[in-house]
Amino acid sequence: MPKATTAGPLSTPAVSPRLLVTALAVVALMLLITYLVAFDQGAVSRSGMFLHELMHDGRHLLGVPCH
Amino acid sequence: MSLSPTSPAPTFGALLLRGLLAGLIAGLLAGVFAYAFGEPKVDAAIAIEEAAAHATAEPSHHDDALVSRDGQRGGLFLATALYGAAMGGILATAYTLLRRRLRTPSNTRAALSLAGAALLGLVLVPFVKYPPNPPAVGDPDTINQRTISYLAIVVIGLVAVWAAVVAKRTQPTEWRQAMAAVAGFLVVVVVGYTLLPNINEVPATFPPDLLWSFRLASLGTQVVLWTTLGLAFAALLAYSRRPATQPERESVTA
Repeated sequence: MPKATTAGPLSTPAVSPRLLVTALAVVALMLLITYLVAFDQGAVSRSGMFLHELMHDGRHLLGVPCH
Repeated sequence: MSLSPTSPAPTFGALLLRGLLAGLIAGLLAGVFAYAFGEPKVDAAIAIEEAAAHATAEPSHHDDALVSRDGQRGGLFLATALYGAAMGGILATAYTLLRRRLRTPSNTRAALSLAGAALLGLVLVPFVKYPPNPPAVGDPDTINQRTISYLAIVVIGLVAVWAAVVAKRTQPTEWRQAMAAVAGFLVVVVVGYTLLPNINEVPATFPPDLLWSFRLASLGTQVVLWTTLGLAFAALLAYSRRPATQPERESVTA
């Protein structure tokens, strides 16, 4: 059996400025996807109301206000 | 269970991939739940909406439908899968940045408490103030106001969870920590509920039992999504550790 670690398990990378920038970009991308599902009415997706109507039921059932 | 001291920490990319995958699984499962329990309610509400539109001879926005009802039933899965994957990505990022601040040696516990915090702040707090509405409920002219209020309550829900953690950590003993956490949470939620406007646009003629069962189905969909996301992410974290520890054990026994 390996000896017990004193520093605790290394389960995440150390937080560096570079990691923070990457993390921020990832969160922004995820929020953009969320926006497309939950709020977009064609302004961002450039699909008119097609995506909005396609995901209509999901929006209602995910609890987002809709029309 | 615990990581061996020599194996390196996983990269952000590896954690993100697990979050996205867990989110995709959670979104699809939430879609199955919503299809089974939510779609019949959406259909019933749309029938009421169209009956009302025909009675007043107003053009319904479902008449010139870009997407058929069958298309929307399929689109439900696209919506929940995309939403789930996005939430999985955010959960993995939060895990990466906050793991060392969560005072637990257990990765499973850390992943599950983050998902639980999101369920509380992102779903349950908004649900009580602004319960979701089926089609045929809601005035299109107030959608901007309702969207802003909804986003505000989501932020307040997350701040309330954060306040609970901060308050908990100011106290020395366990029962005082629990009381401080509840108090910190409640203060933020009560202030938020009081400041934000009340919105009730349910027509008097809308069947109450349909409204109730739609809201329950919507809550169920989101509970399924976040429960599955937390469990799947925790499972993928545990699974990813196995190959890293396996070769080391062999070298020890050899």
